[in-house]
Amino acid sequence: MTLLRLEQVARSVDLPDGSRLEILRGIDLVVDAGEHVSVVGRSGSGKSTLLNLLGLIDSPSSGRILFDEEPVESMPGSRRDRSRGRDVGFVFQQFNLLPGRTATENVVTPLLYAGGQQFWRRRRLAIEMLDRVGLGHRLDSTPDKLSGGEQQRVAIARALVRRPRLILADEPTGALDVETGMSVMRLLDEVATSTGAALITITHDPNIAAMASRRYRLEDGVLQTLLPAAGGIAR
Amino acid sequence: MNGFLGALIEAWAEFRVNKARVVLSLVGVGVAVLAMTAVVGVGQIATQAQIEQLEASSGRPATLYVGNPYNPVTGQPADGAKVAPVVAALAERYGIRYVAESSWLNAQVQTPNGVQGGDGRGVDVPYGEMHRIALAEGHWFTDRDADRLMPAIVINDYLWRQLGSPPLSSHPTVTLLTDRTIQAAVIGVQPGSPYESYPRFFILNSAWQAVQPTPAAMNGGTSWEFWVPTAISDELTARIKSEVSAALGDGWQVDVNRNDYLAWGSSDPLGPLRLVLLGVAGLVLLLGALGLVNISLVTVRQRIREIGIRRAFGATASRVFLAVMLESVVATVVAGAIGVVLAILLVRNDFVMQYIAPGVTDPPPFPAEAALVGFLAATGVGALAGLLPALIAVRVKVIDAIRY
Repeated sequence: MTLLRLEQVARSVDLPDGSRLEILRGIDLVVDAGEHVSVVGRSGSGKSTLLNLLGLIDSPSSGRILFDEEPVESMPGSRRDRSRGRDVGFVFQQFNLLPGRTATENVVTPLLYAGGQQFWRRRRLAIEMLDRVGLGHRLDSTPDKLSGGEQQRVAIARALVRRPRLILADEPTGALDVETGMSVMRLLDEVATSTGAALITITHDPNIAAMASRRYRLEDGVLQTLLPAAGGIAR
Repeated sequence: MNGFLGALIEAWAEFRVNKARVVLSLVGVGVAVLAMTAVVGVGQIATQAQIEQLEASSGRPATLYVGNPYNPVTGQPADGAKVAPVVAALAERYGIRYVAESSWLNAQVQTPNGVQGGDGRGVDVPYGEMHRIALAEGHWFTDRDADRLMPAIVINDYLWRQLGSPPLSSHPTVTLLTDRTIQAAVIGVQPGSPYESYPRFFILNSAWQAVQPTPAAMNGGTSWEFWVPTAISDELTARIKSEVSAALGDGWQVDVNRNDYLAWGSSDPLGPLRLVLLGVAGLVLLLGALGLVNISLVTVRQRIREIGIRRAFGATASRVFLAVMLESVVATVVAGAIGVVLAILLVRNDFVMQYIAPGVTDPPPFPAEAALVGFLAATGVGALAGLLPALIAVRVKVIDAIRY
């Protein structure tokens, strides 16, 4: 079942000198539910811009993005925000945890924008998710008391606590050492698989990219298909 | 419902996490609300004190003052005995409960330090209520005091001290000197100014006439007062004048006037004072609000990344607006509540009450209006101070905010 579809998507910005910078061009991408896709690319290749489009944060200059086969551009802003909160979970390179809040409070944050049972049972759900990522003993720790790996695991718990159908990981291991990075990626992959969520990892690290079942390279704003690498985690 | 509750939870979490900053930013608002509430509260209590002073001297609104009629040619006063029945009939006809005759008495007072001249006044029982007479010791006259064999007397603090401040339970007496010697039983002591240095006393008219029937003992200064509803005061003024004139016949000048403080002008004489106090309070609050807006603006700029993260996890623009507004409102409501409580404790403090409203007989409770004004002002300031940062927060672009 197709979750996300990009059709000839382009994104450009106007520069102060009046010229136009093409960041992404002619992107076609289909992501099915439960898939693990990776996108590699050098700095400045347009990875973050692509991630923002995939996460319904940004809109394309041309082309179409369909989420659940519904064109995103036809969604009003507030509905798009709610859809993002319900269906998309973000894992950022710099973790982006809320300072001063405990691990539990950070994981509770997305549930504050949920309704029904998710809202009223938010604390229990957050604790369950933290337990699942191995941080059941650090529930009351604030980010400054956690290691980089622990912070990223809190970020993963936060991204997954609303059971999104799409997880977007932007350089999730970029701020971690190699060993911790691999361990965090295995965890992310495992939890995404168990919840049936599609995982799109944007990275510059070929080893991380190799963990995906389908891989792409982004070069000069153009998305190119790569073959799966040997040793990739089967899904 | 969930949205509002969620925003409230976020606001509280922000308040809790940034306690020091929030508390510091709210000191100004709390102090401003304290000042405003206290100023309004003190203003109302001081106003009440001033009103009571005015009412003590010239009666409560509306008090109709009927001077002793006199012959405009000879200047001779009319016989009070002819006026009194007319006054009594008027009071009965119009159902006026509060009517009092008062006369200046010609009597000296015997004290242990010698004979002293004094201000004596013959009054009726309602006079005490009409003039808010408060006593430091004992009680004001009742109807039963008219039947005493020894007339009851209410004296001032000066005279009481001259007598050695005897406990009233020991039934002290005062000797009054006219063309005869009159013993009176002290039943009450009126507090006086520390600077008062002469005897003053009240005695019931009926009791005085029983022990001192000769008119020579009075100096002719008899008057009558009616405490009536303000709405009918003009009509009654005309009625009283015409009926007293009719009873006395031609050739007598009858003056009936409103004497209370509200009759002095068409506007409230305390209005300007209130306006000045409110102006000062408003200025103080404005300064507090400006301080809060300043800090809120700086704070929201520091929180752009956090706002971006929240937007990434599904917070709508309206939700971010509400959360930032509520942060400000929740905080100022807490500060306002503390300010109001402190203002109440301050203003109701005995020392302060004695200073701002000495001798008030009906000390008003802390004005609910002042507390409400303080609370609403705090909420309003919170909403206004939160509006600008909330508008900025809504304009934050998620992409830029996360990279911030």
